[in-house]
Amino acid sequence: MNDKMSQLYQQVLLDHNKTPRNYRELENADQESLGYNPLCGDKYKVFVNIDEQDIVTDVTFIGDGCAISKASASMMTNIAKGKHVDEIDSLYHQFHDMVRGKLDPDTDPNDLGHLKIFAGVRDLPARVKCAVLSWHTLNAAIKGKEKVSTE
Amino acid sequence: MAALSTLKAQTRSIDIATCRDDFPVFSREVHGKPLAYLDSAASSQMPEPVMRAYTDYHSRYHANVHRGVHLLSQEATEAMEAARESMRELINARSGKEVIFTSGTTDAINLVMQTYGRSQIGEGDEIIISTMEHHSNIVPWRMLCDEKKAVLKVIPISDDGVIDMEAYESMLSDRTRLVGIVHVSNTLGTINPVKEITRLAHSRDIPVLIDGAQAVSHMKVDVQDIDCDFFATSGHKMFGPTGIGILYGKEEMLSKMPPYRGGGDMIISVSFDEVLFNDLPYKFEAGTPNISGAIGMGKAAEYIQAIGYDAIRHKEQELLKYATEKLSAIDGLRIIGTAPEKSSVVSFVMDGIHPHDIGTILDLEGVAVRTGHHCTQPLMDRLGVVATTRASMAMYTRKEEIDQLTAALQKAVEIFK
Ligand SMILES: Cc1ncc(COP(=O)(O)O)c(C=O)c1O
Repeated sequence: MNDKMSQLYQQVLLDHNKTPRNYRELENADQESLGYNPLCGDKYKVFVNIDEQDIVTDVTFIGDGCAISKASASMMTNIAKGKHVDEIDSLYHQFHDMVRGKLDPDTDPNDLGHLKIFAGVRDLPARVKCAVLSWHTLNAAIKGKEKVSTE
Repeated sequence: MAALSTLKAQTRSIDIATCRDDFPVFSREVHGKPLAYLDSAASSQMPEPVMRAYTDYHSRYHANVHRGVHLLSQEATEAMEAARESMRELINARSGKEVIFTSGTTDAINLVMQTYGRSQIGEGDEIIISTMEHHSNIVPWRMLCDEKKAVLKVIPISDDGVIDMEAYESMLSDRTRLVGIVHVSNTLGTINPVKEITRLAHSRDIPVLIDGAQAVSHMKVDVQDIDCDFFATSGHKMFGPTGIGILYGKEEMLSKMPPYRGGGDMIISVSFDEVLFNDLPYKFEAGTPNISGAIGMGKAAEYIQAIGYDAIRHKEQELLKYATEKLSAIDGLRIIGTAPEKSSVVSFVMDGIHPHDIGTILDLEGVAVRTGHHCTQPLMDRLGVVATTRASMAMYTRKEEIDQLTAALQKAVEIFK
């Protein structure tokens, strides 16, 4: 397989695409937001519960789109759960910088961990929006916005 | 005149079997693989003679048209009018007066909307289009209907992607002011029976606009035979440059219509109190036109004629058959658009693999396709899919490119299994 292809479509990503984690509606969620990429039709709803200390106690999502967007959403919910909103904000920016090629997860300091598998997206400008859609949506949910669009 | 003689000199017959060599792009690689270009429906590639005609204008006689008495301006004017004549010949319009240069199909449709539409369509009037229209033949009419409180009616299609002619016939009414139909669907490949559609509309004196963006590179279009009132097409979908196209309109229609845009070239005389509009086709061509684009498109029309529609149709139908067979054999692949009359377009979806992932995997294997809704969102809704992958072929396509596509799709299946 082509290097770029195997780097992008790693087993972890394919697994999260096939069996996304935290893939359900969160009833009575404190906040929710809808993310939509009109260009490709990717659509996700992200639900969050946030406690008084600003810790995200639960985060789930539903929706459909390509493997990159779905795996990104799935892994994001895993990582965001239990974190303070400021930590999530920092991760959101690091992730954003990585997929836009502004942060190299191998050499620059970062807390991205498993999210590094999305680094390959930086070589595929058309797919950057797929990777960041759920992060935008989570960010909006935390900030109390109901709808985001990547356009 | 120098410009003209070089333009017309090379219109000998060209062998379709070797025409690919005329397209410089095919010598390049993509991600280390040979390019398999299966996105000609989005924009077709350009042969060297078209590029030469285009650069000739800029390197030898770049000047404005219809204005100067100097030689360069005369040559530019002649070359642009020769291009109009080549386009006239290609679609068999009666005269050059019926061939208006626009920036493309979208612009041509908007011209009809702004002029014929805004002057002739009012409250309660009806416009009929089909389910498989490109956004460029939906949005202008939706806008007009909102402005005028007119009604947009949509002809249903079958699951195969065939227009329901009975439904169409029953929709025609005394209030119908226009029928707008795509000749060849960019998403499904369906070739619509535009002649019959026109005949039925004309039996009630309703004018017909045909969106021919996907027709001219694949099949002989004879606007007199179809008898349509308007026909729109784009240069970049017929091996010519981007940003240029034509609106064909019957002279009797065009001459009754108000002008589109105001400015230079479209006038005979101007005072602050009164403007006398120019004759056809210039009445609709305000401002300095896309001169090199028009010249390039004219050359592309000649190039198509030199290859010949019989050869094109024969080769493309073979390619379509080959691609349909090859793709159908892939596990979990379903072709979207299976009309009996199709041009060389195959849209498909695959179980468990989103079109955008397919698009990326194919790209990394050197295969260029289009994924998404193809500017036909209402059609996607009708067919119950969010997006498709579309492989579209043209006269220069090789079977090896389809093999490259199928091999890359097998890879996608492997990855996602
Ligand atoms: C069927 C159809 N109509 C209209 C258009 C619009 O053409 P253009 O973008 O050149 O104006 C296209 C091209 O995308 C098309 O495929």
